[in-house]
Amino acid sequence: MFQGYLPSIFSGLGVTLAIAVLSLVVACVFGLLGAIAKLSGSRVARGAAETYTTLIRGVPELVLMLIIFYGGQILLNELVEAQGWDYIDVPPFVAGTLTIGFIFGAYLTETFRGAILAVPRGQMEAAAAYGLTRGQALRRILLPQMVRHAIPGFANNWLVMVKATALVSIIGLDDMLHRANMAASATREPFTFFMLVAALYLAITTVSILLLSRLEKRYSLGVKTVHF
Amino acid sequence: MTIDTTDTPWLLQAENIVKRFGGHEVLRGVSVRARQGDVISMIGSSGSGKSTFLRCLNLLEQPHGGSITVDGEVLRLVPDKSGPKDGALKAESAAQLQRLRTRVAMVFQHFNLWAHMTALENVIEAPVQVLGLSKAEATERAETYLQRVGVAHRKNAYPAHLSGGEQQRVAIARALAMEPRVMLFDEPTSALDPELVGEVLRVMRSVAEEGRTMIVVTHEMSFAREVSNHVVFLHQGQIEEEGDAREVLARPQSARLQGFLSNSLK
Amino acid sequence: MFDWQVIQDSLPAFAGGLGVCLVLLLISVGTGFVVSVPLAVARVSSNRALWMPVWLFTYVFRGTPLLVQLFVVYYGFAQFEAVRESFLWPLLREAWFCAWLAFALNTTAYTTEIFAGALRASPHGEVEAARAYGLSGLKLYTRVLLPSALRRALPQYSNEVVGTMHATAIVSTVTLVDVTRVARDVYANHLLPAEAFGTAAVIYFALTFTMVGGFKLLERRFLRHLQTERRPAAA
Repeated sequence: MFQGYLPSIFSGLGVTLAIAVLSLVVACVFGLLGAIAKLSGSRVARGAAETYTTLIRGVPELVLMLIIFYGGQILLNELVEAQGWDYIDVPPFVAGTLTIGFIFGAYLTETFRGAILAVPRGQMEAAAAYGLTRGQALRRILLPQMVRHAIPGFANNWLVMVKATALVSIIGLDDMLHRANMAASATREPFTFFMLVAALYLAITTVSILLLSRLEKRYSLGVKTVHF
Repeated sequence: MTIDTTDTPWLLQAENIVKRFGGHEVLRGVSVRARQGDVISMIGSSGSGKSTFLRCLNLLEQPHGGSITVDGEVLRLVPDKSGPKDGALKAESAAQLQRLRTRVAMVFQHFNLWAHMTALENVIEAPVQVLGLSKAEATERAETYLQRVGVAHRKNAYPAHLSGGEQQRVAIARALAMEPRVMLFDEPTSALDPELVGEVLRVMRSVAEEGRTMIVVTHEMSFAREVSNHVVFLHQGQIEEEGDAREVLARPQSARLQGFLSNSLK
Repeated sequence: MFDWQVIQDSLPAFAGGLGVCLVLLLISVGTGFVVSVPLAVARVSSNRALWMPVWLFTYVFRGTPLLVQLFVVYYGFAQFEAVRESFLWPLLREAWFCAWLAFALNTTAYTTEIFAGALRASPHGEVEAARAYGLSGLKLYTRVLLPSALRRALPQYSNEVVGTMHATAIVSTVTLVDVTRVARDVYANHLLPAEAFGTAAVIYFALTFTMVGGFKLLERRFLRHLQTERRPAAA
């Protein structure tokens, strides 16, 4: 049925997963920075973070990807030329990962911000009153509780992001969907291969949901849940 | 219980504390001093500033004026240049503030136990992270104090699974575990169901009888009358009347205190 | 810094692209809304024969990327001789039909779950009262449950609609000349990413802003019952 293209598709699956996971890391970094900026006392920081999230949420991911990919490439090389260095070819993998991470960082900013705000103020007050330094309080008191509140939004963003990685095939990244495209043209069986890719995405989604609900249960220890 | 020798040094001195919220002056120069073994009750109606005053003592609130001395060490205060520059003071040295905070342990109205930690973990957290005790030492200390307040059997429970009274008792154990010079209680029973108030007051009484130095903001007149040796009545940010607990509460001099006492239930 | 001439010259094309985007959005979301209501009712039913197929549908369509769904419809169906010889072929050959079909199915899946969630959140007391007063079956749904649920769903649904508008950008990959396609063509012709994609970004941004504003107005009107009452202060 797959006429020997199966290994190629599965190798593409690996690329897709790698992009998704790496983008998630990048997104978490941007998300945390954004959340801290939004909650900070500095007007500048708050304004920058607000601009970041508003712009990202106002423009389609595909367009953002195209801007950053094409625009970023040109900008980078203008800078490089000005320095007198050689042309740098940004590999699509790097561009794709950074782009998706940057985009979803904006969504995670809201998730993390909401999670931080959900931790009752008294928790940090007690930490300060008992002499914990700011760093200790953030690490030992705020972060563990914030994680619990962040999990639903985090899970949601992960699922959306995994599906968004399909867009990188449009900028030429050799992911699962790109491989399927190649196979489809070669065999003239697009249905077969696109359905296969759909099934693989569905598998990723399913596994993610299972793992994430386990995670949520683990972090809900010590929380009173409502029983109907 | 009253220690009357004027040679006994002050454990805590708060002089002329001033605090503003925007344009509104909440504390207009309040001074309170405590010696070893003193149990000072601060009473007054809502808005009188008593909780705000208590929270200024460990700088959870930033005063706008006044001085704080703990165990002879003056907390160095400087104007806070960040945020609303309205003259609020902050500690000059974070290290000094941290040191003073380890000597002045607070029990909160809403307990503020760290929700993701068990009772035992709550009690050992500051001793380990701030005082530098080993986990074993801290655990031994914690178990002693949890036993002391009567919740040792719940040491592995999370706060959400404890009753309000149990949570507050764990909070008291958490404060005791720091072996502080002074204990601050911010309306410790106000958030409790009536039938749970008694168990917490009993623990506080036994802590007082041990000779601990306590400053308690409270509405429980029975505690003020029977356990504390000194009462401070605050009205609109100023001390209206203060003195020996039984004297002041039995024979209030000022009209406002008389009115306040006749309105309160006990 | 910007080549304004290029932007100015491409504005008519962008306007056409905007039209394509809006038409696709309307027909997809319109279909989705109408179909989702009965599907949502089935989804919350306790009858397995009703909720299971709907669950399967939403699970599959929410668990796979829209781009892949679009490719399956646009490229995939053509694989089968049976399809090519059927009466559906003139339709399935058209990019417009394929785009509508894929987008409608996708937004139906998400909207169904949103409405189902809103139905499940119906305040128990309101349902009891309705039943006690003799409302049941279709009347119960159309007079009490659905009006209440649809209002509750408005914030989430508005996110879904804006999200679908953003998603229309992917039809640029299947020959529909929407805003993104125009931008890509302008870029291909002039190699000016800022002018090409910047213009597109501004258009989408303005569209997002307008839609969000519009939904806020709808929320003000339809969620009035949940807001705090503004009473003039007593003298």
